[in-house]
Amino acid sequence: MTLYGNRRRSNALVMSLCYGATAFGLGFLALILGTLLVRGAQGLNLAVFTQMTPAPGNQGGLLNAIVGSLIMTILGVLIGTPLGMLAGAYMAEYGRYSRLTTLVRFINDILLSAPSIVIGLFVYEIMVAQMGHFSAIAGVVALALLVVPVVVRTTEDMLLLVPAPLREAASALGMPRSHVILKVAVRAARAGLITGVLLAIARVSGETAPLLFTSLNDQFFSTNLNAPMASLPIAIFQFALSPYKDWQQLAWTGALLITLAVLTLSIFARWLGASRTAP
Amino acid sequence: MADVAMNSANLAKSASRERAAALNALKFGDGLFKNLTLAAALTVLLILTGVIVSLVVGSLPALREFGFGFLFSSTWNPVSEKFGALAAISGTITTSIIAMVIAVPIGLGVAVFLTELCPQSLRRPIGVAIELLAGIPSIIYGIWGLFVFAPIVQQFVEPPLIALFGHVPLLSSAFAGPPYGIGTLTAGFVLAIMVLPFITSISRDVFNTVPPVLKEAAYGVGCTRWEVVRSVVMPYTRVGVIGGVMLGLGRALGETMAVTFVIGNAHKISSSLLAPGTTISATIANEFTEAEGDLYTSSLIALGLILFVITFAVLAAARLMLARLEKQKGA
Repeated sequence: MTLYGNRRRSNALVMSLCYGATAFGLGFLALILGTLLVRGAQGLNLAVFTQMTPAPGNQGGLLNAIVGSLIMTILGVLIGTPLGMLAGAYMAEYGRYSRLTTLVRFINDILLSAPSIVIGLFVYEIMVAQMGHFSAIAGVVALALLVVPVVVRTTEDMLLLVPAPLREAASALGMPRSHVILKVAVRAARAGLITGVLLAIARVSGETAPLLFTSLNDQFFSTNLNAPMASLPIAIFQFALSPYKDWQQLAWTGALLITLAVLTLSIFARWLGASRTAP
Repeated sequence: MADVAMNSANLAKSASRERAAALNALKFGDGLFKNLTLAAALTVLLILTGVIVSLVVGSLPALREFGFGFLFSSTWNPVSEKFGALAAISGTITTSIIAMVIAVPIGLGVAVFLTELCPQSLRRPIGVAIELLAGIPSIIYGIWGLFVFAPIVQQFVEPPLIALFGHVPLLSSAFAGPPYGIGTLTAGFVLAIMVLPFITSISRDVFNTVPPVLKEAAYGVGCTRWEVVRSVVMPYTRVGVIGGVMLGLGRALGETMAVTFVIGNAHKISSSLLAPGTTISATIANEFTEAEGDLYTSSLIALGLILFVITFAVLAAARLMLARLEKQKGA
């Protein structure tokens, strides 16, 4: 009976530790989101969306940073997505059983979690150092390089889910391979592919490190891709480390905006992936 | 009659010509598309090669100047242009170890909770919430760490630690000095909270690969939950769990923004965990745009190269382990 008692006690102990771990972990994460919501909402007003980033001590908003982030994220995704989708199509369709695919998948998985600051250094070396100045286009390339692995991964996974009989039926009708892929397989996996792109947008929209020494920052409104451009994450970084209360408040508000955008995108992606999975 | 026959022959000839042209166009398009996808796949390889080559080329001046001593020197003096990576490397490793020590047991605990204890109706919502949290940008953790967490640590965590361990031999030096709030320990904490969702969601996925029959058999012979987890789930998923943990470690090692805010950016190796320090990524983030001179820039790129080599090794090992689990699952 003592053996039984010991087993029960150790079970109860470990299981209550698991409850404790869950409470601790979820509690901290809830605390972070709660603080973010409260502190961020305090500074949320129209000026945030209509005014430029201010000089120290002045009132202002985040307009140029928001626009800069939108421009660079959209362009980065526009460049990275086709490349990632084509590579994913090769891996799932033409080279499904080739050694090259195994290698590319391995390398891609490493790129997927490689430190983003290293990607920033790479783009600095190949673009900023060559051009001689920081520019938004370098930031775009850095973000595109972060989009590629996410899209490659989801494209391959989603195309692999498309049942082979669909492709065989299309091939039996005499369709060329490229049409089988584009008109049948891709169409069947469309929802999943869109999910991948949304996840990629969510991933890059909060990236700070690769922008630090590519697109740098700009106090003013600019849409010139050949010049430094402001972005939300960099504005948050700069303002949070400043001693000015106004700037710190803007940093919280910017952080709230990014988090809301990322969460909305991921929830939408999840919903899309769940409601229309490949047949 | 002859006219009609000739006409239809002409028609047939032109039709077959058109057919051939259309087929050729299709064939051309087909080949083009195939090569396009192949080129894209090769581009992925090219990106990685490009990253490695550019980092090596960029760090050559520093490596030529300092040689292997770069790895073992903790001097970091932009004025006299003497640079060494040791302080940054040790900071990176220390913060990551602290993060892992905290996040791994908690993450595994949450994963056990989600797979064994949680009521079925709550599993999906909690699981989804954790996956969503894994996607929150790291800068959010950074500013929360700076404004909210560091003052709490300074007031409520560090003084008791100093009081508790201050007179214990060995540990006293690890918890010495004034409570700044900002330092290696805080950075490790913030990193831990950041990688917690990663570790949790991967371990949960890995735990779910255990065939229910195995667990049911163990429950059937009267095992408690803990015994099932320890003797059935853990042995079955060991490789995958280690892979997931190393994936989290890879994130922690390369993380920039969550750390830069709270590490204090001091280029020295301190025996105390409470003292400010620095990490590779924090050094690069803070100093790169202001670096004057080729040697300074090159030293920072060399730091990036070291970081890349470390994370590459960790991530490669993690992926190989997870791939092994996949194979096991398929077999």
